[in-house]
Amino acid sequence: MRFFSHFGKYFIMLKGMISKPENSKLYWKEFMHQCSEIGMGSLGIVCIISLFMGAVSALQTAYQITSPIMSKLIIAQIIRDTVILEFAPTLICIVLAGVVGSKIASELGNMRVSEQIDAIEIMGINSKTYLIMPKIAAALVTIPMLVILAMVLGIYGGRLTVGISGIISTETYDRGLKELFIPYNVFFAMMKAYTFAFIVSSIPAYFGYYVKGGSLEIGRNSTKSVVVTCVVILFADYILAALLL
Amino acid sequence: MIEFKNISKHFDEKQVLQDVSHIMYSGKTNLIIGTSGSGKTVLQKCLVGLYEVDGGEIIYDGLSFTKMNDEEKKMLRQQIGMLFQGSALFDSMTVEGNVKFPLDMFTKDKESEKIKKVNEVLERVNLVGTNNKLPSQLSGGMKKRVGIARAIVLNPKFLFCDEPNSGLDPQTSMLIDKLIHDVTIEFNMTTIINTHDMNSVMEIGNNIIYLKDGKKEWTGNSKDIIFSENKNLNDFIFASEFLQDAKQMRMLEAKGKKI
Repeated sequence: MRFFSHFGKYFIMLKGMISKPENSKLYWKEFMHQCSEIGMGSLGIVCIISLFMGAVSALQTAYQITSPIMSKLIIAQIIRDTVILEFAPTLICIVLAGVVGSKIASELGNMRVSEQIDAIEIMGINSKTYLIMPKIAAALVTIPMLVILAMVLGIYGGRLTVGISGIISTETYDRGLKELFIPYNVFFAMMKAYTFAFIVSSIPAYFGYYVKGGSLEIGRNSTKSVVVTCVVILFADYILAALLL
Repeated sequence: MIEFKNISKHFDEKQVLQDVSHIMYSGKTNLIIGTSGSGKTVLQKCLVGLYEVDGGEIIYDGLSFTKMNDEEKKMLRQQIGMLFQGSALFDSMTVEGNVKFPLDMFTKDKESEKIKKVNEVLERVNLVGTNNKLPSQLSGGMKKRVGIARAIVLNPKFLFCDEPNSGLDPQTSMLIDKLIHDVTIEFNMTTIINTHDMNSVMEIGNNIIYLKDGKKEWTGNSKDIIFSENKNLNDFIFASEFLQDAKQMRMLEAKGKKI
């Protein structure tokens, strides 16, 4: 019963968010600010995770391919496909659920508890449109970009590792990348990136916007928002894979 | 002028407001007083539409607020300023940013004109030179004054203040009271203040409504309070011996007897 109550309230929030901005210039400024917060703020962690994701994939794939009759090109292909199909969109968005999601939930929660949201409403401004919409729009713009970057860096991390450890030459790795490449996989990954970007921004916004209580509840709701976001991402991952692959 | 008729509001099982009716006049400081939990804040939040009322009607200058649609309420709210108990300043913005925010949102003035207006309002609340400070760098009294500056920057017709003196020393409280009283007269606003500060009641209470357990118990002005025989009101206002003595002195003064 409580699940349906949250579900309904979440959609009411999304519906309430859609209204004509009072001043487009100010909303644009807020959107750009959020792009910088979400995009630039997560850039470092995304780069580090992506490089290591590719590097570890390379080592573990090479470790499992022991048969001499198997082509070494397959190492590059496995890294490419796992990074594009799963690691870059899903793993990065789960990390972003922690980095961006908790920030959105605690920021809005703090604004709610300190009556800043009420202050915005009293001024005759739709607080949902002003506070939530720019965050979701910014996430929809920046998170797919971060996912593309994660794909490139993941594959590059694998290349660096195979080159340094001498598993295969970088030329072989590059050749492997080009062979049996399916462009649809990138489209599928981008579909996932957009879906997850929406989830990563809207669910924590819901938990933050409707906080009741004090700082303890802000912390609790922030943690809850990250857990729920991760579960919903994994659920959506399964649905998308079943529908689109 | 704000008139409210038979306002009722409940949360879960608890009836917080029950058939509260009153008229708040323009150009006057209208006070809502009562003990903690008597429904003052809920009444004020109902009046500005932050809470939906269960029953009753709220009328702003002849227009029924309760019957307005969201867009009409939004338009009316642009004529409302509110000072919150915790000031509710935007943490990420400077004093100037906070005060300029309503101007940025609702006016098409040039940047220089907005800054001029901000400086005028900051001067009005005695905060000249604090433009670039963040809320975290301000004292409680300064935050309240920035809150007042932000609330009056668009020259609102209605000003709501939720416990403007909470957490302030008596001297700063009096300054805030005087400031609110002065701007009310200056801009001919309808000002509604929630308070349980006795100084405020006696100094600026032009029109007072006393709430007890969500019901209107008494109404009058600061002079009427002295002669009131309402036991609940007297117990609340003149709770200490010092205040009881003060009441006796004022009564004698009013009757023209020597103390």
